[in-house]
Amino acid sequence: MALTTPPAPPDRPAVPGGETAPVRPVPGWRRSLRPYLLIVPALLLTGGILYPFGLGLYYTLFDFAASKPRPDLVGVENYRRILSQSSFWESARVTVLYAVGAAAVETVLGVSVALLLHRASRVGRVLEKILILPLMIAPVIAAIMWKLMLQPSVGVVNHLLEPVGLGGVQWTDTPAGALLSSIAVDVWVYTPFVAVLALAGLRSLPVSPFEAAAVDGAGWWFTFRRLTLPMLWPYVLVAVIFRFMDSLKVFDIIYALTEGGPGDSTVVLQIRAYLEAIRFQRYSFGISYMIVLWAVVYLVTMVLVRYLGRIQNRAAEVPK
Amino acid sequence: MDRHGHDRRRLFALGAAAAASAAPLLSACGAGFGGDTTGGGGSAADEVTGAFDWKRAEGKTVRALLNKHPYTDALIADLKAFTEKTGIKVEYDVFPEDNYFDKLTVDLSSGRASYDVFMLGAYMVWQYGPPGWLEDLGPWMRNSSATGAEWDQADFYPNLLQAGQWSLKAGAPLGQGGQYALPWGWETNVVAYNTEVFKKLGLKPAESFDELRELAGTITRRAPGAGFDGMYGVAVRGSRSWATIHPGFMTMYARNGLKDFTVEDGKVKPAMNSPRAIAFTGDWAEMVRKGGPPSWTSYTWYQCSGDLGAKKAGMLFDADTAAYFQAVKGASPASGKIAFHPGPKGPGGSLATNMWIWSLGMNARSRSKPAAWLFLQWATGKDHLLRGAVQDNHIDPVRRSVSEAAAYRDKMGAIPGFIETFEAVVDQTRIQFTPQEQFFDATTSWASALQEIYGGKNPSSVLNGLAGDLASKIG
Repeated sequence: MALTTPPAPPDRPAVPGGETAPVRPVPGWRRSLRPYLLIVPALLLTGGILYPFGLGLYYTLFDFAASKPRPDLVGVENYRRILSQSSFWESARVTVLYAVGAAAVETVLGVSVALLLHRASRVGRVLEKILILPLMIAPVIAAIMWKLMLQPSVGVVNHLLEPVGLGGVQWTDTPAGALLSSIAVDVWVYTPFVAVLALAGLRSLPVSPFEAAAVDGAGWWFTFRRLTLPMLWPYVLVAVIFRFMDSLKVFDIIYALTEGGPGDSTVVLQIRAYLEAIRFQRYSFGISYMIVLWAVVYLVTMVLVRYLGRIQNRAAEVPK
Repeated sequence: MDRHGHDRRRLFALGAAAAASAAPLLSACGAGFGGDTTGGGGSAADEVTGAFDWKRAEGKTVRALLNKHPYTDALIADLKAFTEKTGIKVEYDVFPEDNYFDKLTVDLSSGRASYDVFMLGAYMVWQYGPPGWLEDLGPWMRNSSATGAEWDQADFYPNLLQAGQWSLKAGAPLGQGGQYALPWGWETNVVAYNTEVFKKLGLKPAESFDELRELAGTITRRAPGAGFDGMYGVAVRGSRSWATIHPGFMTMYARNGLKDFTVEDGKVKPAMNSPRAIAFTGDWAEMVRKGGPPSWTSYTWYQCSGDLGAKKAGMLFDADTAAYFQAVKGASPASGKIAFHPGPKGPGGSLATNMWIWSLGMNARSRSKPAAWLFLQWATGKDHLLRGAVQDNHIDPVRRSVSEAAAYRDKMGAIPGFIETFEAVVDQTRIQFTPQEQFFDATTSWASALQEIYGGKNPSSVLNGLAGDLASKIG
């Protein structure tokens, strides 16, 4: 096949009639303005994020509520009250329990599923498609669906468990049961997310180390522990960060499933903030809850992201 | 050179400048906490003069926010008549009850006038009234230029009209001060029961709370063996919501002469931890454990009503409408086999009953107040309410003339015990709660406490904790 040099692009745009338009030099002021214009969308976006955030922070310094539309400046009193309430610490405990439990189970299950699906097969390809179905359902819908399925008398779960003598479980009527049921729904919805990320990671791993290990006669467990997991870890960590952050901010699944009950046993920080700000109309107090939650999520995420950076550097063998 | 330190200093300076420039921006952009709520002093009703005229606001549009409910269906079915009578167009949004009050609350608190009129309950007056979001309808009612003679205020049951009147002071009784909502539809809380299972087991409706607890347990134990698979005794609400407290629980609580709060020297003090209240609450939780629905802590009125209709519950202690919608012909497997009873009496034969009232209110910021008032007048008027009661399911009339109408009595007479029960409790049905702004916090916490007691915690310690918590918020 003969190689031909492609024609050089015209330096002047063609105009109707076959003539070329005269080149007009870009004025200097436009050239120097261009970089600033390019950052305008980013500035607007940043402003769109910072303005409500700043407004929220500003409100937390007052005792603004429906019953007090002309509020007094109270400084950090809202934060002091929140941190001195036992209900806040109970909500924080439940929030962390939920986030750690959901993220841990989803990670283990997600990676396991990804390992199973990694082997190319027709069944695997079908299962991949089925696997992502829960991700296509809004979490609140999933929670309502599970609420119906977990109904002790008419729900399908107890019906299926009846033959093995476990048919009468009151899934959400006890504090532990309500928390575990909420975590289970979260796991059902989001395990596919972890599995998809892990599967993508598995498929991007280099083949040669595995071939070398096979030639050396390494077993499955050795290969998994010494090769697969270390190389997959950055991908898994990305999934863990996303899931942990999201689980700390959970609202929809728990609210639709238990409304925070029984008692206060599943009132996570988001639900408490919602009740304060919307239901009880103590706006400043509700926003203060959200700011505290934001600070917690921010700090936790910062630590995890730094750890992820170190792991990624190590994986890429970037010298420090 | 410490490049990072230099960058941090520049970033800090930028942040400080942004914060300094944001301060005036915040105040300019309405960070002034909801805007003006002083409301002036005069009422827009005073501007309406001359002879009363239904066509006064012809060509205007009224925007309504409505909750999904059979009463709403009856209203929408008749809107054409309103437009023909007044020349006013009605635009409306309907939301399911789970979201309705959040939508209304957010809308009113935003200070916008998205809706001119809306549905609300008496409890919402306690929340929406003090911030100045509700129009005082008293001046409109008293102005004969704005209100036609046929509206006939005296025709309303007085306790229903009083439910929307309040002085906006925590602990002050209802029936004084401004009229912030008009009675439109309401519900009494009584017992509905499955006549089939009662007949088969040889049971009679309970006349006392002790009998009700016994009866609930008996049905749960014996009904499945008598051919009613999975049937339990009594359906009552149990979700962690204010709505759990106000129907059966508050009715029985009030019939026992118990109070949610006491008012001493103008201070509102929690009273749900009095020794008798603690004993009653413990008994209620025990009744639910022995004869209530499985998964009670998630039960709303939808589940309670559905269980009665599906023959899963032998009794329902809730709004009469919740049972009525299952009792009408063809509505459910139990239709034709549901009867009504006033429910257990308290000591001394008390039939004190808590009510839920669907009222209609006007946005204080409405820009079409004369048209909105004509709409409220029509929707709470005799013609529409009689039509809704007879042709649709707008039962439990707020007007005496409707409850006495032959067509209404013919229709409701087909449901065993409905009219007799209604007449037995109507005069003793009123708001049994103490009016105060923190109603929703108090009752949500109360429902949470009830769940904890149901779960086995000591009623005394739970209710003392609740009272202590509420005392610091209310008073």
